[in-house]
Amino acid sequence: MTTATGTTAPTGAVGAAHTRVEGLAKVTGAARYAGDIPYTELAHGWLVLSTIARGRIGSVESAPVLAMPGVLAVLHHGNAPRVDGDYTGPLGPPDPILQVFQHDRVPFAGWPVALVVAETPEQAREAAEALVVHYDEEPHDVAFHAGNPRSYTPEGPQAETSKGDLDAELAASAVAVDAEYTTPEEHHNPMEPHAAMARWDSGRLEVVDTNQGSKFVADELAKLFSLDPASVRVRSEHVGGAFGAKGTRPHQVLAVMAATALHRPVRVVMTRRQMFSLIGYRSPTAQRVRLGADADGRLRALDHAADCRTSTVYEFIERSADYGRSMYDADAHHTVNRVVPLDVPTPTWMRAPGEAPGSFALESALDELAEKCGIDPIALRARNEPDAGPVSGLPFSSRNLLACFEEGARRFGWADRDPRPGLRREGRWLVGTGTASATFPVLVAPSTAAVTAEADGTFTVRITAADVGTGARTALTQIAADALEVAPERIRMKIADSDFGPAMIAGGSMGTRSWGWAVTAAACELREQLALGGAIPPQGITVRSDTTKDLATLTAKERYSFGAQFAEVAVDVTSGEVRVRRMLGVFAAGRIINPLTARSQLIGGMIWGLSMALHEEAVRDEASGGLVGADLAGYHIAANADVPLIEADWVDDPDADDPVGIKGIGEIGIVGAAAAIANAVWHATGVRHRDLPIRPDRVLLAGTTAGAEPAYGEVETPGVEGASGVEGAPGAEGASGGDRDA
Amino acid sequence: MKEFGYRRVSDVSGAVALLGAEPDARFLGGGTNLVDLMKAGVERPGLLIDVRELPLDRIEATDDGGLRIGATVTNSDLAADPEVRRRYPALAQAVLAGASGQLRNMATVGGNLLQRTRCGYFTDLTKPCNKRVPGSGCPAIKGEHRNHAILGASEHCAAVHPSDMGVALAAFDAVVSYETAHGPGELPLTEFYLPVGDTPHLETALPPGALITGITLPPAPVAALSRYRKVRERASYAFAIGSLAAALDVQDGVIREVRLAFGAVASRPWRAREAERVLAGGPASAEAFAAAADAELAAARVLPHNGFKVTLMRNLVVATLTELTEEAAR
Repeated sequence: MTTATGTTAPTGAVGAAHTRVEGLAKVTGAARYAGDIPYTELAHGWLVLSTIARGRIGSVESAPVLAMPGVLAVLHHGNAPRVDGDYTGPLGPPDPILQVFQHDRVPFAGWPVALVVAETPEQAREAAEALVVHYDEEPHDVAFHAGNPRSYTPEGPQAETSKGDLDAELAASAVAVDAEYTTPEEHHNPMEPHAAMARWDSGRLEVVDTNQGSKFVADELAKLFSLDPASVRVRSEHVGGAFGAKGTRPHQVLAVMAATALHRPVRVVMTRRQMFSLIGYRSPTAQRVRLGADADGRLRALDHAADCRTSTVYEFIERSADYGRSMYDADAHHTVNRVVPLDVPTPTWMRAPGEAPGSFALESALDELAEKCGIDPIALRARNEPDAGPVSGLPFSSRNLLACFEEGARRFGWADRDPRPGLRREGRWLVGTGTASATFPVLVAPSTAAVTAEADGTFTVRITAADVGTGARTALTQIAADALEVAPERIRMKIADSDFGPAMIAGGSMGTRSWGWAVTAAACELREQLALGGAIPPQGITVRSDTTKDLATLTAKERYSFGAQFAEVAVDVTSGEVRVRRMLGVFAAGRIINPLTARSQLIGGMIWGLSMALHEEAVRDEASGGLVGADLAGYHIAANADVPLIEADWVDDPDADDPVGIKGIGEIGIVGAAAAIANAVWHATGVRHRDLPIRPDRVLLAGTTAGAEPAYGEVETPGVEGASGVEGAPGAEGASGGDRDA
Repeated sequence: MKEFGYRRVSDVSGAVALLGAEPDARFLGGGTNLVDLMKAGVERPGLLIDVRELPLDRIEATDDGGLRIGATVTNSDLAADPEVRRRYPALAQAVLAGASGQLRNMATVGGNLLQRTRCGYFTDLTKPCNKRVPGSGCPAIKGEHRNHAILGASEHCAAVHPSDMGVALAAFDAVVSYETAHGPGELPLTEFYLPVGDTPHLETALPPGALITGITLPPAPVAALSRYRKVRERASYAFAIGSLAAALDVQDGVIREVRLAFGAVASRPWRAREAERVLAGGPASAEAFAAAADAELAAARVLPHNGFKVTLMRNLVVATLTELTEEAAR
């Protein structure tokens, strides 16, 4: 089934389902990934990471390792070439983790302290694991919790917004919610690990990588190594997932360092465990939401204060409190993001940064408000639809949230829902349904593209786009086909090569929109040129575009995608198991270029939301400062058996200011999904779960006093309270548990 | 990773002799745990002795009505065996509750018994662990221990045994057979794993150099009505946070025989003999089931974050025995 949206272009490629243009190469193994490609004389670098969470490197005992078979070099802070981190890139100053081996300080467990280079990966690994590093250890602090006295509000206008008199409106409210929500440290480990090969070729630095933006990485490497940007070429043809983790990371820097030192190609591939400290992750959050409303649910007060954590070397803010700035208005409206620096790796952008945890808190709080007001959760949201940006006052470019709810409610069967919790039982399962809104900003960034009419009647498009598994290469082919008014089969789409010029990275749900704009601009101009007639010379006719000027004409508006998430869950409160039975997401996210890959991307986001609700949690060991179980056996994501019927669809929502009508779909699928599930768990059991993930132990002990004394040192035998629900009483136990507001 | 040798053996005595000659060697079954531990650096054998081609891949009925299961029978074949499914259904259910289809196709019965704990400290060389490095300490006691032991642990180690299969085997009085250079031997599964005490690195009572050759299940008519219930943090492909193998023979509301074993609560599959004692000859009622669970769990010693397992196991005992009672009445 496909849902065509927007106007149909002449060839009709945009909006039609299209399998991936590189699909055959991928499923036959012909597609090569950065870690796969053989090179003559290739040497292999293996990272050594710190085992302490804070302190200094005393010494690196290289000598015994250099005597091991095949070992070529040991790079560390005592011998590494200097790099220059004093620059500001498009996304701000670089994370100091890119300035690898420049000093002896260790700011967290898992910080790079050495690179062992050897003839084979096995030799490099064995030597790296044998390398002895002595440390001068210092006390560390990795414990994140709300109200840490070292928390602060960052500089800059985006940290905090405020209007109205919060205390006065809360006091005047007939109904109020005041609750704290937490989300744990979460990791975005792509299936394909980070891998980069670097070599010098005729005076140029060549890097074969897996990343979200080859020009972005090339420019950053040029700055770090003080090179002419034109002398650095980065390619990243196929990428096995990225999710915000694949910008410039230490492996590319180290591959360049080693290739430069050894005068031969060097590849550095991360292990899964190394990825857990080197590629960024989502900070844990502690969020307090206060809502005040009239009896009919109209919001008088909205206060969202979100705490997150960063490293001691770089300030990265998980902007959870941003979520409400566009979603809901109130007479008094306050949002603030705070951060505390701890001895942990620097977090980074992870799919829907800010919106994913922020929507869990605010959309859960709205469900609590709906319960207290005694009105339907969808009606509550409809009652609080703003006419303009609640904080900015700017008009919305389009806002089709209610259309998503209308279509979603119809398909999900929401009208038949009994709002009372804890009533529906099927065997040992209590069943409930929940809903939540979703939103994500619609942004665009300057990009360049080149489109060539070849003499043989085909067309070649060159753009430094990245297909991180989303289907961007295919979508851009469709966009080019419509702009050129030719069949997609005549288009050759070349991407992910920094030599093609500046372009937006695959990030912020902005990739396809930013690239599609540039491709459309060049292709339309080329089509007009070709319409004048004349022969095509052997080298073809090439038209280049740069969207910088076009984008500068965009007027200030509230530009967002929207969505409505629905979930049905079954909960066994005697075992604590929660199973999602079905999910439905309906989105208003601009014109959909390729329904086939778009649906896959949206469903992928929703499944991630399911994982966020029930499974994902990195456990940081306070004693060592490192993670426990830092692999995909220890860090759970949903298995196939956890993923039930999941449907994603969309309503017509073309963006009038975009030449193709695109808004972007990369991230909105995860937004609100965890809240919809948590709200459904409440509907099933009557117990609010405000801490993610909703683990079996939490469900089992909810509504009971879980505090048991430590067994060792102070031996006590616990009673077995909390088990009263075994014989038919679990529903009652859940219903009587009620709120557990602190 | 350390370079290692690889040898395939075709007879049991040759396998035992080879291991005896190479103190740095390990037997390799399916490798589904050993190879992972080698990648992590926890195991560093110099030689792997592949025992998969030994003639130990049969499941045979014994003269007295039990079953003898060869050590190299795969988990998949064990779970699919018609006699296992008919006589010991909880065993087949337990095996199918573990791992994935691909892993079960590789994993062997002998290897399953010898798999190591999945405690996150044990598998991480950067952290202390008394089981991996005796005397280095147990950070789990004050750290991450939500899925650690509530029964039979010590202040030196609170790791749990990961096997599902072993829980059902413990309930059915399985006996482990092995071969050494000095001849064969046997150990009841309930005595196969050593108490934790202050030697968590010593895990089994197998003599040094022994090769597990098989498992014998004595006849157990009670096992015909049995069930394995596994609770985990996701629906599939996760180790238990609590599991139960239960078998029940009830007539006219009176329990004639009951078998109970707990998983994911101790360093070994935990045969719940105290609960069985409380139930034997008594009424098959929810109250009796709860009282029996309480009797077994009275010995529980919990850490700050694993106390839920007491509630969980109590609930599982009551729910599962209630189901079996209802099934017996049909």
